[in-house]
Amino acid sequence: MSIRRPAANDLQPKSFIFNKINTKEVDKILSKYPKEKKASALLPLLDLAQRQHDNWVPTAAMQCISEILSIPLIKVLEVATFYTMFNLEPVGKNLLQVCTTTPCWLRGSDDIVSTCRNKLGIDFGETSKDNNFTLLEVECLGACSNAPMVQINDDFYEDLDSDSMLKIIEDLQNGNKPKPGPQSKRFGSEPIYKKAKLK
Amino acid sequence: MISDKNIIFDNIHGFNSSDINSCTKRGDWSNTKSLISKGAEWIINEVKSSELRGRGGAGFPTGLKWSFMPKEKNKPHYIVINADESEPGTCKDREIMRNEPHKLIEGILLAGYAMQANHGFIYIRGEFVQEAKALDKAINEAYDKGYIGKNACKTGYSFDITLHRGAGAYICGEETALLESLEGKKGQPRLKPPFPANAGLYGCPTTVSNVETVAVVPTILRRGADWFSSIGNKNNTGTKLFCISGHVNSPCVVEEEMGITLKELLEVHAGGVTGGWDNLLAVIPGGSSTPLIPASVCEDIVMDFDSLKNVGTGLGTAGVIVMDKSTDIVKAIWRLSKFYKHESCGQCTPCREGTGWVMRSMEKLIHGNADIRDIDILKNVCDQIEGHTICALGDAAAWPVQGLIKHFRYEIENRISNYKVLKVAE
Repeated sequence: MSIRRPAANDLQPKSFIFNKINTKEVDKILSKYPKEKKASALLPLLDLAQRQHDNWVPTAAMQCISEILSIPLIKVLEVATFYTMFNLEPVGKNLLQVCTTTPCWLRGSDDIVSTCRNKLGIDFGETSKDNNFTLLEVECLGACSNAPMVQINDDFYEDLDSDSMLKIIEDLQNGNKPKPGPQSKRFGSEPIYKKAKLK
Repeated sequence: MISDKNIIFDNIHGFNSSDINSCTKRGDWSNTKSLISKGAEWIINEVKSSELRGRGGAGFPTGLKWSFMPKEKNKPHYIVINADESEPGTCKDREIMRNEPHKLIEGILLAGYAMQANHGFIYIRGEFVQEAKALDKAINEAYDKGYIGKNACKTGYSFDITLHRGAGAYICGEETALLESLEGKKGQPRLKPPFPANAGLYGCPTTVSNVETVAVVPTILRRGADWFSSIGNKNNTGTKLFCISGHVNSPCVVEEEMGITLKELLEVHAGGVTGGWDNLLAVIPGGSSTPLIPASVCEDIVMDFDSLKNVGTGLGTAGVIVMDKSTDIVKAIWRLSKFYKHESCGQCTPCREGTGWVMRSMEKLIHGNADIRDIDILKNVCDQIEGHTICALGDAAAWPVQGLIKHFRYEIENRISNYKVLKVAE
């Protein structure tokens, strides 16, 4: 378990409402679940709120969602602090999450971590001064045959080494979006060699 | 080795398109209506006689599990697909969802029909944003073609599928935690019984099945249970997706027959162990929860549920993590302990406190900063966690460490004595 708490009061906005487009999206989400089981929409709504609010969930958004779903605020708070994908305080424009669990570690995630630290000048849990990057250490992201890998916002960058990691960061610093997926010659998770014969 | 004609997932690497027209060209949705018309009982019996075992890790016979659903329908029935693939070393369901989504969707309809469910949920891990988009697109395609929805495949049966994204919690891969999460709560496992087949989602009869399990069902029904059960060994039948990671020349996801030897799997598909077979130190054969096996066992071990169980480990999710002789084996397992500490949901004391305790003890052992008796204390703590928690996360946290102590105790003892020598020298 890790302890997760909402951001300090001075960072919290006073109010939150879903914008016009997302209000329609809320209805669409609610329609997917049985009418009397609205609470099922809690995770999708928190995600929607986070996407609307610069990639983090303020307590005002939790209040808003608790009203939409008719559930107590404490239940929303409980859920928002339980699931690690909900950022409870402001994060940089690029949320760079480095997987360091054993399959990635075996293939050199230590190098990826040090490349990120050195290039960005920040450690895990920190945000760069220009607010462009937040660096996080995360547990297995489920792309182990393409290790080592990182997730940046919604995209996976796989088959990394120090050079490709450096290039990705530089691209982002220059305002370009690097191409997601394997940074090697691979298309996906296929073997790079043709089938061999058993010796 | 698998022959091309037995491959189920022919687009697993995504070289071809995953849109519905390409998928139907490859055979998906070809005669779904006639499969459904054979009846629910036929579907379950076919799955039973194919001897398909759950691909999510536990290896429970799928047909039997499905038959636990009540025959009479007093409440809605649900089928829930576990796509919360988070076990370190495992990355197979991801490939199905982005490259073969219609095998999964068709499988859900068939399984749902067999269990009298009119609504299926797919619970996909939150980090798989792109995979969720691919799957969402495929679900909409299936609705547009009338394969699901009201009058699915013109059978008169109504069937809806809802895609639900998680939000970053390994524990939601446990079926009852998954149901809690789907109901909008913290993902904390429920006490069993009651089992989900009696009281699952919203208190209604529910079956939770893994992505791969359900995705192979349409092919089994089309080609026949006999075909599936003729592959592999008795009670360990069919083909299986293996995810190979770690110290191999060519990590990959590949479909193979159950019962292939580990050596063949690594040499034929993964380009061999880095530095050659003799450079192999140990393998974790089925995702992080399964205990490692040392190189001596790897020589002729067969990759199926029963063979791996016989050597004190398991096939699990078939996430094969390979470690060569350059690996700091204690650190590799410590990292898994750190994972379980992070992912414990905090509900049961032995797991909440124990996983942290194990992680800290393991950290000391990396450098050898401990006493020999600490190894036994650590083993004792692991034994105290195992079997004393509501769900299997406690067991999963204990097994890798127990496996390490069983096979690499000498390595830990060496580190402890070397550390002592160093301290004296200082």
